[in-house]
Amino acid sequence: MSREVGAKKWGISRIGMYLFLSVISLFSLFPFYWMFVMATRPSSAYNSIPPTVIPGNQLVGNFQKVLDMIPFFQSLLNTLIVCLTVTIVVLFISSLAGFAFAKMKLPGKNMLFFIILFTIVIPPQLGLIPQYLLVAKSGLLDHLFAAMILFFLNPLGIFLMRQYVSEAVPDELIEAAKLDGCSNFRIYRSIVLPIILPAFATLGIIVFTSVWGEFLWQFTVLRDPESYTIQVALASLNNTFKVDFGMLLSGVFWATLPLLIVFLLFNKLFISSVAEGSIK
Amino acid sequence: MVSLDENQKKVQSKRFSSEEMKNILSGYLYISPFFIIFAIIGLYPAIFSLILAFQKWNGLGEMEFVGLNNFKVILSDPLFWKSVYNTIILGLMGTAPQLVVGLVLAFLLNLTYLRFKAFFRVTIFMPYITSMVAVALVFSVFFSNNETALVNYLIGLFGFDPVNWKTSEWGAKIAISTMVFWRWLGYNTIIYLAGMQSISNELYEASKIDGASKLQQLRHITIPLLKPFILLTVFFSTVGAMQLFTEPTVFLGNTAFARDEAMTVVMYLYRDAFKLSSFGTASAAAIVLLLFIVCASAVNMMLTQGFGKNRRGR
Repeated sequence: MSREVGAKKWGISRIGMYLFLSVISLFSLFPFYWMFVMATRPSSAYNSIPPTVIPGNQLVGNFQKVLDMIPFFQSLLNTLIVCLTVTIVVLFISSLAGFAFAKMKLPGKNMLFFIILFTIVIPPQLGLIPQYLLVAKSGLLDHLFAAMILFFLNPLGIFLMRQYVSEAVPDELIEAAKLDGCSNFRIYRSIVLPIILPAFATLGIIVFTSVWGEFLWQFTVLRDPESYTIQVALASLNNTFKVDFGMLLSGVFWATLPLLIVFLLFNKLFISSVAEGSIK
Repeated sequence: MVSLDENQKKVQSKRFSSEEMKNILSGYLYISPFFIIFAIIGLYPAIFSLILAFQKWNGLGEMEFVGLNNFKVILSDPLFWKSVYNTIILGLMGTAPQLVVGLVLAFLLNLTYLRFKAFFRVTIFMPYITSMVAVALVFSVFFSNNETALVNYLIGLFGFDPVNWKTSEWGAKIAISTMVFWRWLGYNTIIYLAGMQSISNELYEASKIDGASKLQQLRHITIPLLKPFILLTVFFSTVGAMQLFTEPTVFLGNTAFARDEAMTVVMYLYRDAFKLSSFGTASAAAIVLLLFIVCASAVNMMLTQGFGKNRRGR
């Protein structure tokens, strides 16, 4: 687009605008940088005046302390297992249901869909105690399955998939496949699935990151450190009477780094996922 | 001939209807996982909570029906009201500025002549990918009670006395709402930005010809057309704010359930259930929370409905 007529290229307002954006950017970035600096410093650096803002040489030493405190890699692996399983299950359940809601003739379909949407409003804490009792009674406490089960329920996923299937999959294609005698599942697998792969990326990112960051439920059902997800393990670092800040932020840094790298590699995908997830 | 034709039709229609039946059945089968899972971990727990709210139970012995007593107990507990107050204050402090600043940021990021757009967008969004636990831990170091902690040092430069961020009424609230603000600002900005990009450029062009200023465009075009997005973020932030738990719990560490400066409603119900084994009052608190969420969302929706209305109507 052409530049606006009469708009000065570098007026006060424009400098102010860049200044404002830079301050917000700095505000957003600084905690990440600080996380790194503290992860490389001995705890005593924390007491120095003025505060240390340059990295030190304790990167390995601090992490060693984290490893002594919590089963870091085990927790990371647990988180990965939980997140991947939940994501795959949610993608499967949502796409199948989305396909049925978008393209199949089912009596009472709209009512059922409305019920699904309505469940979004129920706050997760309402069922916290019975859910905990249910898990405890089934002897599933400290099992990773317990950490997953709540997140298989994803009304937003069905909503997104229904939108996407009804927009992206042409009815004619499905009609043609039906005439050729394809079963519904065959249509799902060989026609719908390939078309909706981009939506899988969107929903997959939303589900994966939200489960990755989940705390309350995991904190409730995982009591054995071996079963901790990374968030529960990290939180336990802050529970001692005198906290070693170098160690603490080292834990946070190493736990944030993987997601941060993935984000920086695929930031466009991440950002558009969030935008799409909210718009549809 | 005729009879054969009719026969054929009959056979066909019969085959067709049975096929249709199969179709319908498989359709229901495809949507059933959600409902099965919902019945087990959504509906059953919700109903159980409702029943539990009227019982006295420590999780082990016999349940005892106590009528409305649990509600009486929590509604006359000053700590419960403190937790309601904290939740509301933290919600207002954490989300209101976030939505306003997010709107301004999105507006700036949407300007055609802005440079380094991609850079600003990525940096502002970055906090969102960190977990709430990580945010709470990093901020628990920033906002430590220690006089040499970063925030205390910074406010010291401006001549303020160091604050006990974790043990003072407003210190804890400021620290926690800053975390909420930091993590969710970019998220809301992106939603507003996406909304703004869906607004047709022609509207802006036309208003420019009519001599509208940027501010007038913002007030009369952008904000009214952005209303569905604003409603969405207001709704999600209200629900999220009412459910605040992770930030204060992790920020305060081992003192989280022992002090009341940052005790939220969810922390109150968690404490009742898992620290005090009083499942009845905890469930009653969950029911009251549900009512609060419904009311808060309704009130917020009504308030935002009026916001950004075209002034010509008046």
